[in-house]
Amino acid sequence: MMNAVVVLVDVVDGALTKPSKELLTLARRHGSPVVVAVDTAADAADFGADVCAVIPAVALAEPVASMVDVLAAVCAEHSPALVLMTSTIECKEIAGRLAVRLGGGVVTDAVDVKEGLVVVQPVFGGAITLDATVRGTAVVTMRPGSVEPEASAGAGTPVVLTAPATTRRTVKVLERVAGARSSRPDLAAADVVVSGGRGVGENGFTMVEQLADALGGAVGASRAATDAGWIDHKFQVGQTGTTVSPQLYVALGISGAIQHRAGMQTAKTVVVVNKDRTAPLFDLADFGIVGDVASLVPAIVAEIAARRA
Amino acid sequence: MKILVCVKQVPDSWSERQLTAEHTLDRGAADRVINDLDTYAVEAALQLQETHGGQTIALSMGPELAEDAIRKALQMGIDEGVLVTDAALAGSDAIATSLALTKAIEKVAPDLVIMGVESTDAKMSVVPAMVAERLGWPMLTLATSVVIEGVNATITRQTAAGHDVVTADLPAVVSVVEKFNEPRYPSFKGITSAKKKTVDHWGIADLGIDAATVGTGGSATTVAAAVARPARSAGVIIEDDGTAVAALVDFLAQRRLI
Repeated sequence: MMNAVVVLVDVVDGALTKPSKELLTLARRHGSPVVVAVDTAADAADFGADVCAVIPAVALAEPVASMVDVLAAVCAEHSPALVLMTSTIECKEIAGRLAVRLGGGVVTDAVDVKEGLVVVQPVFGGAITLDATVRGTAVVTMRPGSVEPEASAGAGTPVVLTAPATTRRTVKVLERVAGARSSRPDLAAADVVVSGGRGVGENGFTMVEQLADALGGAVGASRAATDAGWIDHKFQVGQTGTTVSPQLYVALGISGAIQHRAGMQTAKTVVVVNKDRTAPLFDLADFGIVGDVASLVPAIVAEIAARRA
Repeated sequence: MKILVCVKQVPDSWSERQLTAEHTLDRGAADRVINDLDTYAVEAALQLQETHGGQTIALSMGPELAEDAIRKALQMGIDEGVLVTDAALAGSDAIATSLALTKAIEKVAPDLVIMGVESTDAKMSVVPAMVAERLGWPMLTLATSVVIEGVNATITRQTAAGHDVVTADLPAVVSVVEKFNEPRYPSFKGITSAKKKTVDHWGIADLGIDAATVGTGGSATTVAAAVARPARSAGVIIEDDGTAVAALVDFLAQRRLI
């Protein structure tokens, strides 16, 4: 029998998210994927899930600690050498707790798991890549966009899980206020990210959004722009914000402090627009324009629209 | 109330960071500073102390030199410090680090542990969760504010589009994000009085830790290889001469990005 690989997936609007499809594609290379999902595993079998284990949301007293209980029970049954989840803040907490519970180890923000369960992890903002091995069960959180998702039919045997009993003191959610959901893709997982910095100016984020929309991408920002209050902190890309690894990263008016580069330098293609030719971010640019963001960005948006017309 | 705040000394992310031949962090290669995100945890502890009184303790683990990070917290106003330091701890991964921190926290026996959301060097952000798991305490993550009422800690956290209000009984672990507050600068008086404050140094024997469970031997993860990223090949940089926009869009089309 093939080794099990336990995969925690996310389902949004009735379908697996792209990062979840990436996890399953990677899981298939190392064994038989056992999917754990909340409420529904959706199309996980189309991406190779052999077991689709579903826990009803109502059975999860707490989003994180209860999921750790569920995963620990699934791991006790299937004895996986590898557990995969996506690198989100919530999953990192789940991963840390689960590793303690299983007596295994954790690697976060990995970009690949090679033969022999060698986990590939970029550190120091991608300046160095580590090959790590884990004694015991390897709990790995993967950076979105690291694996090309491929469909492949799995057995998809459905299983309904129940929440294991716990005596742990719990965390209670008193209030959950959900704001309007953005129509733009999630920053961490987006294929295209368009970011603005100090050089776009206080009122410049409208044009950053326009270019993001023209490219079907997410909006990001440098710390200078979020600290200035031009855009919310949650859009910050970099060391203390979100790490992104998109196909295309467009930096507008961002000089490229090392903290910012740390959050984006694994992007496949980097485009930089800045009026200062000495901006360090030009060193990372596949294509750079030295010029005024305020006049160039609307022209780029118009040119893209014209080509599509 | 006793509030313990964890601080870590990290290489300054503004300077060049390197690994040793054993693929561990070369702590001599870069300037060492207190982890930026931990100063928000220190500020949170001080604000709670201002409201509720009690005692504040800064805890760190690392070589003797890591006492500097604790001193920074003492300058900001934390009452006393504990440095877990022992040659046997060198090379500890997150699992082993969380074990040593947990033993020290159990010895201090605080009502509340506050941590920054991650360190700027390892960036794993799993240690707070591991500590909470080992302690068997609830953890309130990513707090932008903390309120203590009786035996309850209640935090607010930002979510993708809104916010959550989450509560747990003490003792608990709280992780704070930089939106929490602006960390105070040490005052002249703070800097002077920090010199007289106590920093205890505890080794693994003081904490009843078996040497086999920490350090390189007690770590679950081993780094087998470290490769520097090849330099990016130089891209095309052009001046905006009127044709730059068309050239950029051609480039994007060529790479099938539009």
